This record gives sequence, structure tokens and C-alpha cells, in this order.
Amino acid sequence: MIITKQKSLEEIRKMLAGYGKILILGCGTCATVCFAGGEREVAILASSLRMAEKINGKKKTFFEHTVKRQCDWEFLDEIAEKVKAADVVLSLSCGVGVQAIAERFPNSRVLPGIDTCFLGLTAEPGIWSERCDACGHCLVHETGGICPIARCAKGLFNGPCGGSVAGKCEISPDVPCAWQLIIDHLAALGQLDKLEVIQPPKDWRTSHSGGPRKIVSPVREESGEK
Amino acid sequence: MKNLKPRLVVFSCPWCCFQMADLSGATQLDYSPQVKINIVPCSGRVEIIDLMKTFESGADGVLVLGCLEDKCHHQNGSLTAKRRVSYIKGLLKDIGLGEKRLEMFMLSPSSGPKPEEIIGNMVEQVKGLGSSPIKVKRKT
Repeated sequence: MIITKQKSLEEIRKMLAGYGKILILGCGTCATVCFAGGEREVAILASSLRMAEKINGKKKTFFEHTVKRQCDWEFLDEIAEKVKAADVVLSLSCGVGVQAIAERFPNSRVLPGIDTCFLGLTAEPGIWSERCDACGHCLVHETGGICPIARCAKGLFNGPCGGSVAGKCEISPDVPCAWQLIIDHLAALGQLDKLEVIQPPKDWRTSHSGGPRKIVSPVREESGEK
Repeated sequence: MKNLKPRLVVFSCPWCCFQMADLSGATQLDYSPQVKINIVPCSGRVEIIDLMKTFESGADGVLVLGCLEDKCHHQNGSLTAKRRVSYIKGLLKDIGLGEKRLEMFMLSPSSGPKPEEIIGNMVEQVKGLGSSPIKVKRKT
């Protein structure tokens, strides 16, 4: 899941300066689960902005809508008229959704209302934790299901550094040492022998370091469709 | 603002105060008719948007009454309400309305301050803050 966090009201209001009709667009998928940009958050933000602008003597109109997700054209096409009727779209979606709107409606202005933070999961209700770096070549089968890139501060591939203390990373006592987790889990699985295999330097070309990425379905290629 | 009759909206569960149902009738108590009491099944039922919309409609103050933290009739409803109120107070400060326009109290039906006392104090607190700048002009 893409973990996002809503921008501060102050930052959002600064971005909205000069616009009169604003469409606040929520996303019904990841942003909803993170309590950052779902239907509920759209309503709360709209109410906050209406009151803030009224107190400051500004006349702005806020429209509210939430789509299933902002990263698929079909859901954006459904709201084409709403987008065109607004001076600007305040997107409460991850960076993908914001850009999708900009791409689908090139004559419309779009602002990001939330910050895209990382790929992760809901560790506990209200707490989201990073788990994946989207490196493009998953090797967690070698490390007991725990990613040493996303969860180790140094991204080490062959065991812990010397800074690990009592199972905690040297960057913070709140951060578990990923390699402690890996060792503990491999021990529980009876797979400690995996640690005897030295992982070679990673080929980072599959990650973002190799440039913007694209995947084309092999099925699509065979059919020759464009 | 001595002459101000603030519009106060109260959200209360019936468990923290047995008299809440009677107070909502306001027959025996000297309440301003501008105090509106909403009985909810649990203070935890009151959503963030409910309180925001109440302020947006022009309420000068909002009061949430719930059970004591470890005595909530619905386990942890009042604790949930407490967290929401704390969050909204921050929002009200950012908006410019001021966090003092919203308060929550946790009551016991058998001891401690009585709801009419708390409501009375809240009315005075809101009087001191003045009329809400969001005030909606009412049709006359």
C-alpha cells in the first residue's frame, strides 16, 4: 500500500491562494486506508477550508468528490465535467493520482493535498510502517521474508553492521534492526544456512536508480495491440 | 460580551448522566433556549465531521459529554471521543476559530460535577470568546 499523509492546512491554503472554485478529490484506495485522502478526510478538509476562508474574508467554493482510485483513467473520465468546472483540483491522492489528473486533463490545474511517503502496511490501527523500496527485484525469500533494503537503514545485504544494539538499529532505539529480525525469523524457520550464502552486489538497474520504469504485459505484446 | 447569548451545542450520552434526557427538555432548568442538547448512544458515536459541521453551521461553542474513561458503557467510546476532540481542537486553532470553543468532559452519574454546572460554565466560556466568526445569518 502507498502510505500518504495529508499536508498541513497552512500549506494547503497557501497553494489555494488565487483560486475561487476548488474541487477536493479524494481517493478510495490507499489514501482512504491511511486516513489521508478518503471520503471522510475530504469532508473534514472541505469543512476546515470553508471555515478558514470565511474567517479570513475570502470567497471560495469547495466541491467534494471521491473516486475509487485516481490512478486509473476510467475513474478519472467519470469526473471530467467536475474537473473542468473547477478552477483547480486539490487531489488527496498519492503522487501517482495527482499526475494522472494532470496528464488526463492537461488544461486543468491540479495541486497535491497529501505527501506520498513510502510503501508499507498498517502495523496497528493508526500506525503505518515501511516495508518495501520497490527495487524491482525482490529477494526476501533469501532473508526470511524481511527486506534488508527497506528495513535496514544501510540497506545491507549480508548481515548486520556493528551498530546494532539489543536488536535495535543505531539510528533510533525505536527502529528494530532488520538483520536481527531476519536472523530471528530464519532461525524460527530452520533456515539459518541461508546466511552462509553471500549475496552479490545488487543490480540496481531495476530500481528507480535505473530511471523511470515501465512494465508491458507479455499478453499485450503478443496480441500486437497498441 | 455580556449580552451575548451564545449558541451552544451539546452532544451527550445518556449513560454519563441519567438526567440528560430531562435536561434536553429544559423544562425545569434555567437554560438559554440557545443551548441545544443532542443525546447520542455513546460519545464515541460523534464523528469528527459531525463536530466540524456543527461549527460550520455557526455554533459558538460545542460541548461533548461522555462517561469516565474506564466506565464507558460501550467500553472505550468516551476515550475515542476524547481523542477526536483533541484532534479537532488543533484543527480549530489552525482554522482561526480557537480551540476553547470545543470542550469535552467525562462524567460519572453518581459523583463529581453535574452536567448543568458544566454546561453553565461552558456558556460563560463561550460568552468570553464572543460570537463565532462563522455565524450564519438566520432568516427572520
